[in-house]
Amino acid sequence: MPSGAVSSRSRARRILGQAVRVFDVAATPYGIDRYVELVRPSWSSSEVRAKVVQVRRTTRRSVTLTLRPNGNWTGFRAGQHTQLSVEINGVRQTRCYSMTNAATDRNGLIELSITAHPEGRVSQHLHQSMQKGQTVGLTTAQGAFTLPLGEPDHLLLVSGGSGITPVMSMLRTRCALGWEKPVTFLHYALTESDMLYRDELSELARSHPGVRVVRVFTDQPGAGDLDGFLSAHHLDSAAPGWADAEAFVCGPSSLMDAARSLFGRIGRGDHLHTEAFTLTQVTAEAGLIDGTVRFGASEIGRPSDGTPLLIQAEAAGLTPLSGCRMGICHTCTRRLCAGVVRDVVTGDLTAGPDVNIRICISVPVGDVEIDL
Amino acid sequence: MTTVAQAHGLTAERLAELEVELERLRADVVAQLGAEDVDYIRRLIRIQRWSEVGGRASLFLGFLPPFWLAGVAALSLSKILDNMEIGHNVLHGQYDWTNDPALSSTEFEWDSSCPAKGWQHYHNYLHHTFTNITEKDRDLGYGVIRISGEAPWSAVNLGNPLYALGLALMFDHGIMFHDVDIGHVRAGKKPWAEAKQSLKNGLRKSGTLAFRDYVMWPAFTGPLFLSTLAADALANVVRNIWSFIIIFCGHFPSGALEFTEEECEDESKGHWYFRQMLGSANITGGPLFHIMSGNLSYQIEHHLFPDIPARRYQQIAPQVREICQRYGIPYNTGRLSRQFGSVIGKIFRYALPGRTKPKETIMPRTPLQAPTELVAA
Repeated sequence: MPSGAVSSRSRARRILGQAVRVFDVAATPYGIDRYVELVRPSWSSSEVRAKVVQVRRTTRRSVTLTLRPNGNWTGFRAGQHTQLSVEINGVRQTRCYSMTNAATDRNGLIELSITAHPEGRVSQHLHQSMQKGQTVGLTTAQGAFTLPLGEPDHLLLVSGGSGITPVMSMLRTRCALGWEKPVTFLHYALTESDMLYRDELSELARSHPGVRVVRVFTDQPGAGDLDGFLSAHHLDSAAPGWADAEAFVCGPSSLMDAARSLFGRIGRGDHLHTEAFTLTQVTAEAGLIDGTVRFGASEIGRPSDGTPLLIQAEAAGLTPLSGCRMGICHTCTRRLCAGVVRDVVTGDLTAGPDVNIRICISVPVGDVEIDL
Repeated sequence: MTTVAQAHGLTAERLAELEVELERLRADVVAQLGAEDVDYIRRLIRIQRWSEVGGRASLFLGFLPPFWLAGVAALSLSKILDNMEIGHNVLHGQYDWTNDPALSSTEFEWDSSCPAKGWQHYHNYLHHTFTNITEKDRDLGYGVIRISGEAPWSAVNLGNPLYALGLALMFDHGIMFHDVDIGHVRAGKKPWAEAKQSLKNGLRKSGTLAFRDYVMWPAFTGPLFLSTLAADALANVVRNIWSFIIIFCGHFPSGALEFTEEECEDESKGHWYFRQMLGSANITGGPLFHIMSGNLSYQIEHHLFPDIPARRYQQIAPQVREICQRYGIPYNTGRLSRQFGSVIGKIFRYALPGRTKPKETIMPRTPLQAPTELVAA
């Protein structure tokens, strides 16, 4: 692209930014966004929002969404995720999903694949009710589980279940970049019909040099290329020379534990990269006080003592805003970034990420992080 | 000395029963909250924004009187909706359960001179927690009006009606200065540094709003500068008078400042509920009236459950009233003219020395009226 075009575009953006600021004063105290969204719900000068442009249900339990993010989306690196927000009966819910398309795509679209979990209220809602034309909330791409910038001599991508999503993006990106060094894609699914991207993976293996796809169906012995769970034997037969590979593993904790022990044993732990896809444990045992409390903004962590977060924050030397200390005035409302808290008045459990809680009546259940 | 609760025949056990009943009522409503409530408040926000856009737009034709008047009306509507049904209620945390940043009590900012954070401190915390406790609840009289016979009289109080009129016209600035609370600083009960910060925030916020209403938008309309400025000022005054009326009707008709700090020390939630109900007064009216008053016309229900979406107060009012009757707690309600008449009566009465109540003050009509009068007198 000629550099003149770039600089004139950036100048236009700057002028637009200044215009937005003038209008922000005219639109005090809400800001210009709150007016523009009256006519264009997916527009925002600061928030990332996206319009659903395609909805595909490829397996029994999954839905693949194609989204068009607004101008605040800044792209992503293969393997990163975004926090998707939707509203369910009036309540905004936020979950992390990895982009699955190639990071090199220039069409302004991203793809997410969501697997409905039996206990997952949000994933089930997405699976059942997402429709073309809806607007969803996103964050800019996050995460350090990313495809290396330079081509590794041997790339090993291992995934289990819906953990396929970030490594799918890595494989697609690798192919789009025209890399030709060997890559092994080892995937564990319950059954053949549960496997996301089954046909496309076969096609990629056929049409791109160096791509090897190995499928394991743990509930369907004999149907895949291998049987059972991740082991040295699996790696030996799927990816000979795996000891020299740059490995990326995403899936249930048992899969990642196995990978850690295999790579640890040969002293290659620093070439193993893992990404947990954690289902938020809403069913966490109430009354559980083991765990740590992290005050994210202050970068302070401490073991939980089972008292309300306000008390614990003050014990940690913080001075959060607070008022009635009985849950009525909402002065102490903060964002729960991660984890589960119990309301000491009602006993209800609330799970993060990104929900408002009153810290004076919220007791942590296990590890939590709050924005304080 | 008998406490207010004893005068109402309420023992600790009885108050505990009251607590259980009200907590159950609250849980029932909370369980029903959902998309309906969110749709409602978003619809109001849309109406508010469109009316602001419409109001600002019609002032560009402000040289034609109907457009000027329409502009004033639309801007007044926008400001009243913003302050009452939207701002007041969102800032109470009534929609925090939605997790929507646009409806979050920590992030919302309103079209009023008082910064949301400062207002939340003295209103949500001080006023709603210490409702009706002498010396702690500063919402009664706003430090400038003598509204109770209990307060000592001085010649300054002769200006009561004048102060009330001034406060009504400048109500949003009054609220802003109320948060700064110079009175407590002078009395040595609040450090100046704290008040200075509130004052700074307040002046910055009100300055930005004044720039918007009295410089920027008038300038946008070019030759109509003065016409637009006048319309903006009038809309602010209309909003101020309206919110003054509604807010003064919320607590004044019933006679307030009844509890001492000692009797509320380590109080039970049941006693807290009881105290909330005693100090509040409802106003009857139609659906539009309730929306325009931010459902503060259900002041009693609001004080019991300040963080339940206000549109639900109407639904629980019959049950609250029935509970009040059973427990012998006054439930003060009446039409606007009656409630505001009693407020005016008090403002004039207490301009003069003495403790007796003005005649037109409506006392709660419940089975236990007599003891209430005893305590209040």
